[in-house]
Amino acid sequence: MYAKRSRFLTVMLTLGMAFFYIPMILLVVYSFNHSKLVPVWGGWSLRWYGELFQSEEVWSAVALSLQIAFVNATFATLLGTLAALAMVRFGRFRGRTLFGGMLVAPLVMPEVITGLSLLVFFISLNQFIGWPAERGFTTITLAHITFSLAYVAVTVQARLTGMGQTLEEAAADLGAKPLKVLTAITIPQLTPALISGWLLAFTLSLDDLVIASFVTGPGANTLPILIFSRIRLGLRPDINALATIMILVIAICVAIAAILMFRQHRADLRDQQMAGTKES
Amino acid sequence: MTVSEPVSATRWLDQEDQKPLVQIKGVTKKYGDVTAVDNVDLDIYPGELFCLLGGSGCGKSTLLRMLAGFEELNSGTITIDGVDMSNVPAYERPTNMMFQSYALFPHMTVEKNVAFGLEQDNVPKRDLADRVHEILKLVELEDFKKRKPKQLSGGQRQRVALARALVKRPKLLLLDEPLAALDKKLRKQTQFELANIQEKVGVTFVVVTHDQEEAMTLASRMAVMDSGRFQQIGTPTEIYEFPETRFVADFIGTANIVEGRVIEEGADHLSVETEIGDVFIDHGHSVSAGSRVWIALRPEKIRLEKTDSPANSPNEVAGVIDDIGYLGETSLYKVRLENDQIIDVTAPNQSRPMNRSHRITWDDKVKISWDASSNMLLTS
Repeated sequence: MYAKRSRFLTVMLTLGMAFFYIPMILLVVYSFNHSKLVPVWGGWSLRWYGELFQSEEVWSAVALSLQIAFVNATFATLLGTLAALAMVRFGRFRGRTLFGGMLVAPLVMPEVITGLSLLVFFISLNQFIGWPAERGFTTITLAHITFSLAYVAVTVQARLTGMGQTLEEAAADLGAKPLKVLTAITIPQLTPALISGWLLAFTLSLDDLVIASFVTGPGANTLPILIFSRIRLGLRPDINALATIMILVIAICVAIAAILMFRQHRADLRDQQMAGTKES
Repeated sequence: MTVSEPVSATRWLDQEDQKPLVQIKGVTKKYGDVTAVDNVDLDIYPGELFCLLGGSGCGKSTLLRMLAGFEELNSGTITIDGVDMSNVPAYERPTNMMFQSYALFPHMTVEKNVAFGLEQDNVPKRDLADRVHEILKLVELEDFKKRKPKQLSGGQRQRVALARALVKRPKLLLLDEPLAALDKKLRKQTQFELANIQEKVGVTFVVVTHDQEEAMTLASRMAVMDSGRFQQIGTPTEIYEFPETRFVADFIGTANIVEGRVIEEGADHLSVETEIGDVFIDHGHSVSAGSRVWIALRPEKIRLEKTDSPANSPNEVAGVIDDIGYLGETSLYKVRLENDQIIDVTAPNQSRPMNRSHRITWDDKVKISWDASSNMLLTS
């Protein structure tokens, strides 16, 4: 049935892939352009990488973004997991439906609204209790946690539902108290979801421009804010260099993930073979 | 509704004064509008291998989960070894459960899985190792203790689950469809192993199953459940030979059930007029004349005879062979009676077909007959 490949499909696939990847290839190529004007080719050069590494502004933005992303991911994972546990494991409590709805609302809320409302909130909070004194790292992190935890909660909730309650019941049946069940059974079983939830929150934070722009203050530029403010003044080759580095980092992460998955797959096959062997 | 009389609950025991290990009194469990378990009473005695048998959704698993402490009761009480379990959480009950899916902890080795329960009780290290070793020896899995559950076959996983549930020496072991996940051959073999292990360790077992053959093989006593109630409680023999309701007669094994009316009640016999002819019952049932009853007949208790002569006495009916099913050791004959009713008869194939001179075949005129004691009289 699939033996004869349709030429039409091949063409469409090629066009589709080209649309995805040609922009990125162009970006990488132009990052090595010697010319100061992006669309004008001036020969191969590492000039912009050099300038990039000397730019204090860029590195402080990278550092800020990574710090925010890390703290955000950690807290969002903690809170999102607790919320998911409440949703899936605590049965029918009063206001469960409302809680569930409010939990996932940030997923569908327009970012502009989230950003604006948080800004208003921080300003009035400052007026009443004098905190946060200035907007920056703290406010951006808090803002990111509010929407990232929804993503974590959804991921963890799916895993909790999928794995069922039998293992936890088995542990309780064997005498494990609720806290012990959580640490010895639930958390280890949740690990894949916790890792992917953490990574998701990390990426979302690293990526966010809109909400961060609203709640940031003077001098606190995250990487997306910095890139966007520079691009507004026209395409700049040093930004191309920065983007190329980011693509490289992402590619390395993806490759590592692929290798780990391949190893896991091989281990699974081995286990299956082992299960098939007769007792001797 | 007729269910168990308390007499049958102790009939199998020699000592009538033995105290029950588990007492279930008036237990009801509702999920919204659905009543999963409906006001049931049951006593289970020490050392029993008790089976809860029933179709899916009959409430047998819910009852088991209530014993384990995973479900709360809507009303009634469960007492284990004299202690009311109402406020005892699952992790403090003297019960252990073997789950249908085995529920082995995938991130722990066989050894760790088995040791988990003992660790919760803070059993000293040396003692713990000894007990794990001992129980793994019992289920013949010593060589596999370093493996993860994923690296075991279905039968091995089942034995790990059993070992894990037994290692704490519970007063009561609950088994939820313990053999359902095994293939047929392994299941038959494991049935006997399970009964042997139970005898060896002397723990009281409560087994939930939907497989009547499994229940008959395993159980010292069993309860047939339907719609959240017990239809009958008794030994496998009692349940098979003396069913009390049509549901039980039909659910356990196969039964030909005919409707009738009592026409004569004697001190030691009954005469019943049925749609297929008169039936004479020689054992004492006190059913007053005129009441509506049902007669159930097991296919293997009916004799088949090739003859043209009409039936002329009770417990005898003429018919024609409608269909034959050859099953190897036995054959199933479908006999069509004059009123078009079909009666199933099974007969052993004692000789090979080519040697049989009086071989019964399609459209033969036959007469079926049975002993007066084979009639199973049902009033509901």
